[in-house]
Amino acid sequence: MSEPLALPRFRRRPRLRLGPAWRQPLAIAGATIAVAWFLIAIFAPLVAPYDPLAQSFTPTQAPSGAHLFGTDELGRDVLSRVIFGARITIPIALLLVGLAAAIGGLLGAVAGYLRGIADGLVMRIADLVFAFPPIILAMVVTAVLGRGLRNAALAIVVVAWPSYARVVRGLVLSVGDAEYVQSARLLGASARRALFRDVLPNIAGPVLVLMTLDLANATLLLSGLSFLGLGAQPPHPEWGSMVATGTQYFQFWWMGTFPGLAIFTAVLAFNFLGDSLRDVFDPQTAWRSEDTQD
Amino acid sequence: MSALELHDVEVTYERRGRESVRAVAGASLIVERGQIVGLVGESGCGKSSLARAAVGLVKASAGEIHFEGREVAPLTRRARPRELTRLQMVFQNPYSSLNPRRKIGSQIADGGGGGRKRVAELLELVGLPPNAATRFPHQFSGGQRQRIAIARALAADPSVIVLDEPLASLDASAQAQIANLLVNLSRELGLSLLLISHDLAIVRHVADVVSVMYLGVMVETAPTRSLWEVPLHPYTEALIGAVPLADGSGFLPEALPGEVPDPAHPPSGCRFHPRCPYAFERCPRDEPPLLPVTEIRRAACWLQEPGGPPARPAERAAQLGVAARVE
Repeated sequence: MSEPLALPRFRRRPRLRLGPAWRQPLAIAGATIAVAWFLIAIFAPLVAPYDPLAQSFTPTQAPSGAHLFGTDELGRDVLSRVIFGARITIPIALLLVGLAAAIGGLLGAVAGYLRGIADGLVMRIADLVFAFPPIILAMVVTAVLGRGLRNAALAIVVVAWPSYARVVRGLVLSVGDAEYVQSARLLGASARRALFRDVLPNIAGPVLVLMTLDLANATLLLSGLSFLGLGAQPPHPEWGSMVATGTQYFQFWWMGTFPGLAIFTAVLAFNFLGDSLRDVFDPQTAWRSEDTQD
Repeated sequence: MSALELHDVEVTYERRGRESVRAVAGASLIVERGQIVGLVGESGCGKSSLARAAVGLVKASAGEIHFEGREVAPLTRRARPRELTRLQMVFQNPYSSLNPRRKIGSQIADGGGGGRKRVAELLELVGLPPNAATRFPHQFSGGQRQRIAIARALAADPSVIVLDEPLASLDASAQAQIANLLVNLSRELGLSLLLISHDLAIVRHVADVVSVMYLGVMVETAPTRSLWEVPLHPYTEALIGAVPLADGSGFLPEALPGEVPDPAHPPSGCRFHPRCPYAFERCPRDEPPLLPVTEIRRAACWLQEPGGPPARPAERAAQLGVAARVE
């Protein structure tokens, strides 16, 4: 019997090596803005100077010290409305991304696991959804279900699940062929057990990246539907519908510009965040060197 | 009853839009209890396919595979039958054969009950401290990972382990350590090993019996010592001639002319004849069967006759009046 080898000194396991990622300016910017929007959504009543629905001011005032973003055509404070708009957009975006990931992930995992007919069926339906531009399909679904925030959110889930199904299926297929899965199977694990213990934990990273990036898409789609009048209905302070109102009063530029900037910054932040998360999970990225020691 | 028997096993890969490839074209192999059998051959000759078929990871398209008298069924979605888990496999690359997100102890415990104590025993058996159980694979070197992979295979209390190039991705010192570990484990636990390798030097030191594979078929099987003393098949002779020796004699290894042919279009007759220096009329015509030349040696070559006498291909060629081709 050979002598037990002395193990090398172990560094503590860095689960996700975030360190270098935080050195990237885009990651910092994305995280900062996203966190700021989350905080604004949570503490909206404390942050907002006025009631977002109160029509208590002179309409169409330009931005000033009292009303930083001005007032709208009904005499409501635009800043307060933008702040309360975060309370609508951000929780719904989170919820429907979670829902889309759950539904799409489940279908994708089932397709990758069962293969054969189930796989073909799920993937063809996914292709069908992919064949339409997302905003058009979401409009159709909302039009069928009836306008309103809840139906708009449902429509976005309908549009968003196929990308999860596709990604999860692909990963289940590729990770399912990994040698560590085969080893587990040879040791007597059933395919289902191996799926839950060895396959799914190893695909969580890419799915998380996709979810973060999708947060941006969901925000944009939701605002888009509201802009078209299919989503949030008046007097809800939804960013997209505020931009829509703003387009009718072009001379009062502040009415549409500030909610538009809110959409812009939120979407950009989620995109930055998703991109940097992808760098963290992507083993091909240069800075993520293999840290094994011989 | 032998520990592991493969009879005329074929493995065929279907390719969409192109003709299928017979990676293993009727190979037979017997691993006796406690024996270390080396399987050697060039890359792409079907060694790994045969190994995967032997444990049931790929379906054999023809032939029979028996483990302790029981037929080895290909894996389905169900759990493998308990008796079959005593047939285990260790893969080439210990970086991809361990789950990066599970602790070592948990992965070893997959192999059966016994809990932490059993895991510690298994780790000790492969020369690792018990606290390795609480760590993750990326915290170990290649050699240590291969030890862990072996410990995991041992967890199922196997009687046969198929090792697919277990040393190929390790550095030289780790190779020697793992090779010694394997021999010791085999002796101590009465394990049978099917060691697949393209490294003849290691196989020579480790294996009791060696089978030589070429393009999906076995060309020679013999006890290790006699194979090295007198190779019967020209391919075996060429392989042994290609092993570099550090004896200071200025000897350069002889390269085998030509490339391994495409397994989708194997040569007619003897699959080795286009590269064989002694090929004569019969070779492209008929495929030689793997026949016993002596009681303990088999070779698939028209130069050799059943019942012997065993002699090097060059001698036999001279006796039979076959002129060697000079490349």
